[in-house]
Amino acid sequence: MAPTVLGAKQVSKRFGALAVLDRVDFHVQEGEAIGIVGPNGAGKTTLMNVLSGTLTPSDGHVELLGEDVTASSAADRCHRGLSKTHQIPLPFLGMTVFENIYVAASHGAALTGEAGYELTYESLKLCGMLAIANRKAETIGLLDRKRLELARALATRPKILLLDEIGGGLTDAETSELVETIRELRRRGISIVWIEHIVHVLLQVVERLICMDAGRIIADGEPIAVMKDKAVVEAYLGRTPE
Amino acid sequence: MLSNLIQAVFLGGYYAMVACGLSFMFSVMRIINLAHGSLAILSAYLLYVLAQKFNINPFLGLLIVVPVMATLGWILQRYLLDRSAKGGELLPVLTTFGIAIVLDNLMFQRFGADTRSLAPYIGDLSWASYALPGGLFVGKLQILVLMTVIVVIGALQLFLKKTQLGRSIRATAMDPDTAGLVGIDAKRATAAATAIAMATVALAGAFLGMRATFEPYSGTPQLLAAFEATVIGGIGSLWGTLAGGIILAIAQTLGASVHPQGFLLGGHLAFLIVLFFRLHRNRDAILTWLRVRTA
Repeated sequence: MAPTVLGAKQVSKRFGALAVLDRVDFHVQEGEAIGIVGPNGAGKTTLMNVLSGTLTPSDGHVELLGEDVTASSAADRCHRGLSKTHQIPLPFLGMTVFENIYVAASHGAALTGEAGYELTYESLKLCGMLAIANRKAETIGLLDRKRLELARALATRPKILLLDEIGGGLTDAETSELVETIRELRRRGISIVWIEHIVHVLLQVVERLICMDAGRIIADGEPIAVMKDKAVVEAYLGRTPE
Repeated sequence: MLSNLIQAVFLGGYYAMVACGLSFMFSVMRIINLAHGSLAILSAYLLYVLAQKFNINPFLGLLIVVPVMATLGWILQRYLLDRSAKGGELLPVLTTFGIAIVLDNLMFQRFGADTRSLAPYIGDLSWASYALPGGLFVGKLQILVLMTVIVVIGALQLFLKKTQLGRSIRATAMDPDTAGLVGIDAKRATAAATAIAMATVALAGAFLGMRATFEPYSGTPQLLAAFEATVIGGIGSLWGTLAGGIILAIAQTLGASVHPQGFLLGGHLAFLIVLFFRLHRNRDAILTWLRVRTA
């Protein structure tokens, strides 16, 4: 079996009395593509934030490439090879698209000057953003902002990429373009963890599906089997009367 | 009148010199550094001690004081402001208020209530002037201050735009969490930003000491002028701060021409008018912000 590149061990996150994550165990193998589904408020985004280092877990450990990174900062995890895109795109608004990506290349991947420009160019090209590279980030639309999130994450040279609803709010045509890009990333050996509500989009890329509900993982496995799982159906549709 | 206006522009340059560090810190860390004025006075005292005890010319003294203040800024951000920022937005501001009180009183304890000046240590620069046609006189030191602030602001802008560290500071200012996700060490970026702000404070303190006298509690009026210049110029805009400083000085000069006691009042009025229009224009945004806060 391929080695584990990212793992959550008994991770809990509480906000006051509210347990958003409840002893979650979660592992990603090298090169794997995992989809995460679940109703709103299931704790999907919180799990991603705990993994990426934006949130500190209340309990439990996060492991990245064989090392305990529970106490390390998001920046440190980024240098080790973990990157994430936001559900609601958050570009650096005062910078151009190019600068947005270059900042990631020069800090995340630590490539400056010529090498940094090349990586920036490559990331822009992969995400189809070359034509708007010199526009201010505040002037671009939603699809381009989502692409920017992806390109910026790529420019950090990630080994593991966390995608938080990157398809949300896009049309089918726009989504399928993004799916194509994400498939290409998989071919390059990047492990992917992808939260998405639109399951049929997820299924075009992932080979393993996880369903979360109320801060717990309630199903984990082959996508079709997970979607048919009784607990999953109940989480989405409520309990069927006997 | 023309002479007064020209003097006002130069005075504005001095205000901008004091204000640019305040404006810079606010735009990056969202901290209003209430110790800003006191730190400028501290720099002036450091230069004074170097000049008096070791016979070091204040301009040469800056070679020592600028790095010292920058280091102090780094330490301040890393070990005080960063930590207090965890307690909410207001805590760092209170922390800087505390630093101001401690600094003022330490300086009072060490140097007493006597007023000091760096003017005796810079030859004739503090009073020498160029005669312009039309009977106008412009002080050499004033020209030096205005030129320095233009160079400092220009250099800061270039630094923010063109350098690796500058970009990381800009990214952190825009969104510290996202900056972390792309591998930027936000703590390092903010510490560097404070160090830079303190380097400009050292310059401001030097010019303060050269053009006038100072005593341990002179920091607060400096802070006030810097704050007004920053707000008038638009917070976060460095060239705006220069414009703000000049507008403030012109308003003070106009105030003084109306009534001998109107100097400060004119400046405060200009500040209040600009503040009122800013608040009015952003009324909706502010109301929404308040609603979110109190919800």
